[in-house]
Amino acid sequence: MLEPLKPVSRSTRVVLGAAFFLLFFGAWALATFGGWIDGMFLKDPVYTLKIGWELFAEFNFIRDVGVTIWRVVGGFVLAAAVAVPLGIAMGAFKPVEAFFEPFVSFARYLPASAFIPLLILWAGVGEAQKLLVIFIGSVFQIILMVAVIVGSTRRDLVEAAYTLGADSAGIVRRVMLPGAAPQIAETLRLVLGWAWTYVIVAELVGSSSGIGHMIMDSQRLLDTGQMIFGIFCIGVIGLVSDLLFKWLNQRLYPWAF
Amino acid sequence: MGFLRVEAVARTFPGLAGGEPTRALERTDLAVEDNDFIAILGPSGCGKSTLLRIVAGLDQPTQGRVVLDGEPVSRPGPDRGMVFQSYTLFPWLTVRQNILFGARAAAEVADRLIVRVGLRGFENHFPKMLSGGMQQRTALARALANDPKILLLDEPFGALDNQTRSLMQELLLGIWEADRKTVLFVTHDIDEAIFMANRVAVMSARPGHIKADVRIELPHPRHYTLKTTPEFSRYKAFLTEHIRAEALKAVEQGAA
Repeated sequence: MLEPLKPVSRSTRVVLGAAFFLLFFGAWALATFGGWIDGMFLKDPVYTLKIGWELFAEFNFIRDVGVTIWRVVGGFVLAAAVAVPLGIAMGAFKPVEAFFEPFVSFARYLPASAFIPLLILWAGVGEAQKLLVIFIGSVFQIILMVAVIVGSTRRDLVEAAYTLGADSAGIVRRVMLPGAAPQIAETLRLVLGWAWTYVIVAELVGSSSGIGHMIMDSQRLLDTGQMIFGIFCIGVIGLVSDLLFKWLNQRLYPWAF
Repeated sequence: MGFLRVEAVARTFPGLAGGEPTRALERTDLAVEDNDFIAILGPSGCGKSTLLRIVAGLDQPTQGRVVLDGEPVSRPGPDRGMVFQSYTLFPWLTVRQNILFGARAAAEVADRLIVRVGLRGFENHFPKMLSGGMQQRTALARALANDPKILLLDEPFGALDNQTRSLMQELLLGIWEADRKTVLFVTHDIDEAIFMANRVAVMSARPGHIKADVRIELPHPRHYTLKTTPEFSRYKAFLTEHIRAEALKAVEQGAA
């Protein structure tokens, strides 16, 4: 039956993947409808879906979703724009790495959420503060991972390029960059997932819009249905963005898959 | 004199963590004439790859120097094309794009080479879709397309199976017989060295140096049936004796 590493057909994969979702919702329904859990702590799936519909229809929840997506993407793009070039420079040139690496390794452990009070002081409670939280949370991670990827470029490919007449700039541009691109894209996909965590934390504190803010508001009303629906929305958006990223990577780098 | 001159080249690698330094290559002299085909034959770990890497400019000698066509070698350059034992095609480029990587590679030359090495129909394949033999043929075409003054081959067929390896030898020999490019070929395979080269330089066990320089007086063009002739066998017997003694030394040193 179960053989290590034996591939599974596409249809079986879809069925198995969907089956767990069904199981999950089934267990949830059983626990709530069956009266095992008090509705005060956990609403049933049908109510949650209904309240979700109301959120979109009556409370313009789509605007909150839009605001949150914009914050994640904005902060993430800013972080990537700084981190990818710096990471490439560090991976390719050892003195650059020696200069930045110790500080970045230290900064990586600074928790982005701990900066929120400070950032509110510096940047207020507007969009700049939200973007900065995501920026701080993502930028150091991307720098280090990109540096490692570029630094592990195959030595023999570099040597082959040298014997074909490439110079230092040519090695970076024609060997290191194209070779590292698929893995860099995978890293960005991973960090984008983390950025979703930071945005919600940023929105829980001092915010007047966004999915995190809605969840915070629902807590005041003790509406667990809304809270769970908000959390679910994040999951769905995360899944969709992940699939999009994967699809794009496979389109861009067919040689790597 | 010579087109390529290896002058008193030696290479010592510093010891790891305060250990004894490794003498990979002892003072070595070698002169290669223009358009000649030289094989460097030796047991594994004898420093023959180190010598080739120094000629390529990928490694620096501790002493001595390498001169190609009057110019001292200090760094790698397009005048010394190289084919490596490992598969070094750029995975993100197709066969044709790989062959065109070199700054001096021209489109029509690339197309001619694709036909020459039997890769027509595979121009737009990525390396991972090719067999090992096809990858090495592409690597050979890539080195040739850049029109180097000398072709350096570091056991390029070492990872291939026997049949493919024989076909590759014939292919390379055919190209050499047609174009007469200067070739320096590193191998541990005695048959391969005799079959293709005009001169075989036998290297000793570590620390490596050239201990015999044998002319292979077999006429060109050479056909694969040459490998079963008495003349071929005589060369083989002679070189086998040399290599065996060195291989035994290498085993005693724990290098092989």
